[in-house]
Amino acid sequence: MSLAARVTTLAVAFVVVVAGIVFVVVHIILAAPPVEDYTPYASNGQVNVVLQTDAQATVTNKPAWVTYFIQNPQTKQWVHTTYFAVPANTRVNITIYEYDGCTPLRNPAWGQVTGTIGGVEYVNGTPTSFLNSWAVCGVAHTFTMPALGINVPLASPTTLSANQNLCATSPCSPSDGPHNVVTFSFMTPAVGGTFRWQCIIPCGLGYLDGNGGPMGTPGYMSGQMEVDA
Amino acid sequence: MAEESASPSGPPAERNDGLRLAILWVVASAICCPLVYIVWGPHLPPGAMSSSASGQQFDLTVLATIATPVVLGVLIYFAYALTFWRAKAGDETDAPPIHGHTRIQLIWIVATSTIVLALAVFGTYELIAPAGAGGGEGPQPIWKPNTSNILQVQVIAQQWAFTYRYPQYGGMETTQLVLPLNQAVQFNVTSLDVIHDFWAYQLGVKADANPGVNNVAYTTPQHTGSFVVRCDELCGLWHGAMYDYGQVMSVSGFQAWAQQTETAMAKITAALPPYALTYDPTVVPVLGKVLVQLGLTGAGGGFYNPNDPEQP
Repeated sequence: MSLAARVTTLAVAFVVVVAGIVFVVVHIILAAPPVEDYTPYASNGQVNVVLQTDAQATVTNKPAWVTYFIQNPQTKQWVHTTYFAVPANTRVNITIYEYDGCTPLRNPAWGQVTGTIGGVEYVNGTPTSFLNSWAVCGVAHTFTMPALGINVPLASPTTLSANQNLCATSPCSPSDGPHNVVTFSFMTPAVGGTFRWQCIIPCGLGYLDGNGGPMGTPGYMSGQMEVDA
Repeated sequence: MAEESASPSGPPAERNDGLRLAILWVVASAICCPLVYIVWGPHLPPGAMSSSASGQQFDLTVLATIATPVVLGVLIYFAYALTFWRAKAGDETDAPPIHGHTRIQLIWIVATSTIVLALAVFGTYELIAPAGAGGGEGPQPIWKPNTSNILQVQVIAQQWAFTYRYPQYGGMETTQLVLPLNQAVQFNVTSLDVIHDFWAYQLGVKADANPGVNNVAYTTPQHTGSFVVRCDELCGLWHGAMYDYGQVMSVSGFQAWAQQTETAMAKITAALPPYALTYDPTVVPVLGKVLVQLGLTGAGGGFYNPNDPEQP
């Protein structure tokens, strides 16, 4: 092989390897769901964040996993992500439209509302501090942020017929099926940071330990809250 | 290894390198060993917050002290060789041939065997003496604290958080781990899904959390303050974030906290399954009618059964 051919081969191989590394870094290692930035929309020490939980994600080419959506604060469009940003030392008012069916908690202790202002959540406007997911088919998911001690069970439709007629196309709207509106508030820390949150119901059906698939994939049933100092 | 040195008044005198090395080593060890034991020892991890932690710190101190002469021996020999056994410029002669030295070999074998066997005896004794040394002893612990006044705390691991259940206080379950000062604690560690590991670092307690298994570990807190609890078994996406903080407080403070929490948690406690050393969330006798009709269990997604440990 001539010197020119060897140099060319070496250069091509080098470029291929570098391109492969760049692809892996950009598309796999650094890949993350988009962050819905609510910080600019805070006023008077408060910010309103809106989410929904759906039985299946029909907006991606991934499996039809159970998933959260977050509403874009500007366009009000639903975005398939679980990452959002809020300012520090601010009251965060969360509204979650819960469209999924019930799944009992593996540990009913997580049916207790903790870490919210007043120690309660409001289910369709009614204050609640505990949902017993073993006695009533009434909990679909949770919004759990361990580092801040926040745990909010999300009330689901309770009847058999309602659970068999859930919204089938995401993102859902109130006319698409039975749902509950869950609201609660909490204060963000005075200092900035990243706080992970998850659903603690093992709702990754089809996975042996329950927390595979959507539970183990950011953008579905777990995510991060970025607190901007 | 001896090197000839020139003498202006007679034949070259033979330097006794072995003696010089031995003197250097003994002097350095005599200085450094007490320093390691007295000065460095109290700062070795995991501290002295509990009986098991102080036991581990003592073990590390003893090991570090024993290792000091070994490390010094290597370093001194290395430095001595670099300093005195360098080849002179232009000297291309071979080094003296090496022959076996029975006495040195014998000393080496006896000394290293003694050290290793002594450490084995020391380690075995230390594992027994402080009631299991803070490690998980399985469902039937061999070594227990020598007291009947033991606080029972159940550690329930779940992806990706710990909860703590106090059977002596109505079976309440909280996300807070609070312990009283100077009272023996029995941790009953289990899991509701995959394998986790309960690691209360400053307490020197570390026990695997296996589904369907009760893993017992003991300790006695000796100082008030907070400590970190981490999962130390790779358990999924948020394993790295599976941590919280515990608190050791005075006996009166603990009693006040426990009674207040027991009262506040009464409604939730009533909804919990009866206290047991392990739980099978696939078997929930009180599961609601609609849940049963939907074919759901308390282990949504499937339970990691110890008899079926393979992932799909």
